[in-house]
Amino acid sequence: MNNASQEGLADWAGPILDGALTTLQIACLAYAIGVLLGFVGAACRLSRHAWLRGIGGAYSTGVRAVPELLLIILLYYAGSQALTALTNALGLPGQVAINGFVTAVGVLAFVQGAYMTEVFRGAISAIPKGQLEAADAFGFSPWARFLHITLPAMLPNALPGMSNLWLILIKDTALISVIGYSELFFTIQQAAASTRAHFLFYAAAGVLYLMMTLSSNLVFALIERRVRRGQPQSQET
Amino acid sequence: MDFGWLSDPFYQEYLIEGLINTLWLLLVSAIAGLTLAIGMAMARIRGPRPLAWTATAVTSVIRGTPLLVQLFFFYYGVGRLLEGIPGIQDSIFWGLLRDPFFYATLTFTLSVGAYSGEILRGALLSVPPGEREAGRAFGLNPFQVFWRLWLPRAVQLCLPTLTGEMILLLKSIPLVSTIAMMDLLQAANIIRDETFLTYEPLLLIAAVYLLLTIVLTLCLRQVEHHFPGVQPVRRAWRPFGQPRRV
Repeated sequence: MNNASQEGLADWAGPILDGALTTLQIACLAYAIGVLLGFVGAACRLSRHAWLRGIGGAYSTGVRAVPELLLIILLYYAGSQALTALTNALGLPGQVAINGFVTAVGVLAFVQGAYMTEVFRGAISAIPKGQLEAADAFGFSPWARFLHITLPAMLPNALPGMSNLWLILIKDTALISVIGYSELFFTIQQAAASTRAHFLFYAAAGVLYLMMTLSSNLVFALIERRVRRGQPQSQET
Repeated sequence: MDFGWLSDPFYQEYLIEGLINTLWLLLVSAIAGLTLAIGMAMARIRGPRPLAWTATAVTSVIRGTPLLVQLFFFYYGVGRLLEGIPGIQDSIFWGLLRDPFFYATLTFTLSVGAYSGEILRGALLSVPPGEREAGRAFGLNPFQVFWRLWLPRAVQLCLPTLTGEMILLLKSIPLVSTIAMMDLLQAANIIRDETFLTYEPLLLIAAVYLLLTIVLTLCLRQVEHHFPGVQPVRRAWRPFGQPRRV
């Protein structure tokens, strides 16, 4: 038709691969922070203090009851306004503009942390109480007890949930395109709009995401085999 | 915090239209999706080889790609391709094929079909074969065995997971605002554009969704309590289902 339609997949391959790398970076960082938030959240929910349990419960229930897309848009605007208010209160005038990458990671990690809280809470509650009491009886410090007893005992229980959440996170990164940060799906949208080959580019996006999720499945299967070593085979169904 | 716009009848109309569209989309995709799920599960268990293979492929593609990408693929990708077919714009289907609601329903139906089909397949396979054989011995034909024995027993086993899927469906509906369909989020976006308020409309929508999620959870729990033979235990935690779909 015109030269816009002569532009094809080959011209956009570079930017799209860049976008895919950005997506993976966002996902890895958000996952790491989400795991930390999950541990903190689970510790809160299992705490002896009622107010900590309240905070943990409000965090995980509130975040899980609201759609992710809505939360991402809300946190994107509310987050920058809150930071602006904070810096203004500290005597620094002016608007705070957060870098898109930081926002994307922050928002996804916040959402991910809430789901991770529930996964870890379930996994920790499933550890036989006697094992933890034994650690106390042997005089383990709380940190040593966590590192040597709780963590290895909970991982097999938590891993299916964690791999599930990783897959969700990869798919969640596509939502970041809505707030206009150029990750994989945002680049795809630009490519589709510019070349008008919508079918081709959205199919390509599907293939790329599928490659990421299928390869993650393989990696998690390997990790699961590793953390389940020493457990009876019958549990691996 | 400025909620003065709530009294504007113009905006109220937007919000009500958004709410109705959201609920309507939820209902249609839930019914169509669960029907498809039965088909997908049976295709994978009993279907002829090519059908079983297709169902498996569709399931892993749908579960492995973001829902947002699927929505764009169907609305912009397939939609534009259909637009190019000569004569289609004069046909009676054009009104349907132009409507974002159609593509949204299609995408969500496929999504529910794939995720719930996988759950249902597991449940169907864990019904002891002896129960089906007992049905046959009592003179039920295979069709009756499926509808009156095998499927209800499987649903008993997986009902809490299936209701969790419905909550997830509700939470994925705001995605349709990206294909210019008037749902609650789209209504909020219009109000935000016109009133220059950054996040008050979003907070309202978040509250509405919180409420909808709670109401739907309670309704579905009633279903679980009244479905014969379901043990309403083993859900001490995780009131909003497991996350999965995006």
